Parts: sequence; structure tokens; C-alpha cells
Amino acid sequence: MAEITLQTPLTEADVRKLNLEDTVYINGHIYGIRDATQIRIFDEGIAPPTDLTGAVCLHTAPGVRKLPNGKYEKICIGTTTSTRMNRFYPGLIQQYGVRAMVGKGGFLPDTIEKMKELGGVYLAIVGGAAALETLQIEEIEQVWWEDLMPECLWKFRVKNFGPLIVAIDAHGNSIYSRVKQNAAEKMKAMGLG
Amino acid sequence: MSAVLTATIYDQIEDVARDLYIRALTDIPKDVRIGLKSAKNAETAAQQKTAEKVMLTVLENVRVADEKAMMVCQDTGLPIYRVRVGNQLQLDMVEVKNRLKIGAERATRDYPLRSNTVHPITRKHTYTNTGQGMPVIKFDFVEGDTIEIQMAPKGSGSENMSFLKMLVPSEGIKGIYKFVLQCVFDSGANPCPPVIVGIGLGGTSDVASNLAKEASCFRRIGTHNPDETIAKMERELLELINQTGIGPQGLGGATTAMAVNIEWAHTHISQNPVAVNMQCWRGERAGAIIDADGNVTRMD
Repeated sequence: MAEITLQTPLTEADVRKLNLEDTVYINGHIYGIRDATQIRIFDEGIAPPTDLTGAVCLHTAPGVRKLPNGKYEKICIGTTTSTRMNRFYPGLIQQYGVRAMVGKGGFLPDTIEKMKELGGVYLAIVGGAAALETLQIEEIEQVWWEDLMPECLWKFRVKNFGPLIVAIDAHGNSIYSRVKQNAAEKMKAMGLG
Repeated sequence: MSAVLTATIYDQIEDVARDLYIRALTDIPKDVRIGLKSAKNAETAAQQKTAEKVMLTVLENVRVADEKAMMVCQDTGLPIYRVRVGNQLQLDMVEVKNRLKIGAERATRDYPLRSNTVHPITRKHTYTNTGQGMPVIKFDFVEGDTIEIQMAPKGSGSENMSFLKMLVPSEGIKGIYKFVLQCVFDSGANPCPPVIVGIGLGGTSDVASNLAKEASCFRRIGTHNPDETIAKMERELLELINQTGIGPQGLGGATTAMAVNIEWAHTHISQNPVAVNMQCWRGERAGAIIDADGNVTRMD
């Protein structure tokens, strides 16, 4: 259960070193993506308009205010459930070099297997703790695909973004799977499984 | 007997509808704060390090949101207004409906709140957090001379974890327990545990779902159903759910649920409906009571 601060962009070696239940803080940049963003990338086949090599991505649709100079001011930036977007993560690693996904709820076994093969990790944020998250985002630096508002591609500059818990590592291990297996056994023992 | 209404009553209803939407997102209810602290203490006692860290982060987030008057969570939800109208108030209920909707729209525009409302097929945004069938308004009529408005901006992580099963009578209490545990298991980390599990028993399918929502969103943590048989089920289910060890954020721990609340209605001899609705840890809710003179009292 180490505590680690990482500077973006990340290398494959950076993420391979992480173990389940390590606590991670991120400095540098994080890219915000959501359902519609990834539907555009993978289902409509439109490549992201920026280089995501070594990127950390976050499952989010921020609450923002557009300023007269065209920039966006943050109002509330939090995290949505990742499981809905399970099918997109292997493609983000393989085609675009994304190394870490920040979200809540985790991914399913097929994606966990691909993360092991391709070198990607899943970092669990505390879902619902958006006030802290918003304060750890220093600035919304860039926004692409504004027509998808609020599910655009967002570039955030972050400082000590966390705590993030390594919930799925790059070796095929998942806290969620372990917890679920344990829960299933408990329910069976109760005679209610 | 009817009370004389102040001329500005509809304006006040509209203002309250606006204010409650914002307050529900920025100010966690008292009972939920107590529940969150108990959950943190339970994780400390159980020496669950990751779960303890999660709960400390949750409490720090609530503190920061208070201090800086920020939203606790980014999900501004779908607006639900639960309105109890006293029978001594001669209100134009169509106007009340209109004003609740305008209040939700003003909150969205003024703060500004992220709008979530889309057409179910085209996914086209309304950008107002209102639209066809939105906000959700649940009216009830009671004896009295006040109008009570409670508001819940129901977040999607928890609302997507909603379940209904038409069990058969022979499945009895065991069938209900089995179904509820399966719902908690299937929900896992998604509804942002520690959750409030709302259960609706009986009625028709829609009544059961409605009761589950009442139980998850509007019952206070620490209250129990007045029917002792049902209250016992609440206690037993809470114990069983927490034994699963799913824990805060589904990362393992002693507190998967802060409360299990059950509401019930009579049902058909051949039915045994059970609905489950989850509420995330922020337990977002705000309320106010307006009297005939237009005085507004905060409800906790």
C-alpha cells in the first residue's frame, strides 16, 4: 500500500510498477472523456484531435461556465461510473497510448485482461467527492468537440490529483473482482446466494 | 375551513423550488452527515485501511463543500419534488406545477447547474434540467395549512441501480432478502456506496417502485418503519448487506449501506412485488415548509 506521486505523461513502466491498493496522486495533465467522446472516437472512427500518448484520462462531464474569451471556468468537476464505458478502454491503450484511466466502479474481466496485455491501469477516485476534485484541477486548458457538451474532450491541468486507489493493476488483478468474489461466498454462506 | 393565502404564494413556491435544488447539491443533510461519520468509524474499528481512506476523503469533501459553498458532487441529477399540500390551502395546483418547473429551470440557469435532461432516443439536450415529464413531481394531500416541499436531485450512478421483481407469494421473506442482496451485489461500486437502500414492498409494480424511491430519497437515516415486522427486516437486511464486505466505493470494507429503509403497501393475493432503489452516500435532499402567510421554514 505505497503512496506514489506521478507526473504525466506516464510510461508503460510507470504503470506496470503499481500494485493493488497503492495510493496515487497525479501532477500534470488529465484528459476528461465520457460516453459520447468515446462513441465518436471508436464508433464513428474519428481520431482524438490531440496526442494521448502516456495520458491519464478521467471519466467525467464537467459543470462549467463559458467565459467571454472562449475559455471555460470550472464550476464542478466530478467522476462518473466507468463500467458503462468498459469496451472503450482497450482501444484507448492500444491505439492512442493512454496509460491510466481514472473513474469509479471499475471495468469488467475482458478489459482487465486487455489491460494486462497492453499495459494500462485503473485508478479509483472517490466517486461523489467532486468538491475536492474541482479544487485539484487548476485550470481547464483546452476543449475539443464542443458540440458534444458536456461530453467533450477536456484537458485539465492538475495538482496533487487524488487520492486515487490502484483498483485494477496492469497484471490482471482487480480489487472489485476480489471484493465481489468474497461477497458471493458470504451470500452463499448466508443461504441467500 | 380554508386559510387566506398571501398574494405572493406562487412566487414563494417558485423561489423555494429554485433554492432547494441548489441547497440539496451543496449542503448534505444532517442525518447523512451522521451516517457518514459512523461509516468512517466502522472502517477504522474494522482496520479497513482503504475503506477508511475513502471515508476520510468523503468527509473532507463534505467539509470543503461547506467551507467554499461548492457542490458536493457534479451530478446535478434529475429533479424530483415531493410536495405535500395541506387541505386548508385553496391552491391552484396547475400553477404550483408550473412554478416548480420554473424554479428548477432558474436554479439550472442561475448557478449554473449542469443540465442532464435529454430525449430518451435522440439524446438531444433540453439544457434546462426540465422537459417532458421533468421535473418529477409527486403530490400528496394531507390535513393542514402548509405546503411542504422536499427536493431530491437524483444522481445517475445510484438511479441506474434500480430494480423491480414481481416475486410470487410462496417466495416469502426469504425471496425478498435474496433479491435485495442480489441487487446490492449487482450494483457493486456503481451507486457510490456506502448507500441508502430503499425498498418498496407490495402495491402494484409502479407503487412498489414509488415506495422504494420514497424510502431511498426521503426517509431519514436512523428512522425505522413504524411496523415492527418491517423494522425488523430493515435491521436484518442492513446487517446482511454489510456482511457482504462490498464496502465504500466497492473497494471492500465494513459499510456497504448506511441504512435500509422499507416502505410498503397492501398488494394482491397472488403478488409479492419488491422494488429496490439506491441512494448514493451524499443522500442529496433539501426541504422547506411554506405557510399561508408565505413564511418559509427550513426542513432538515
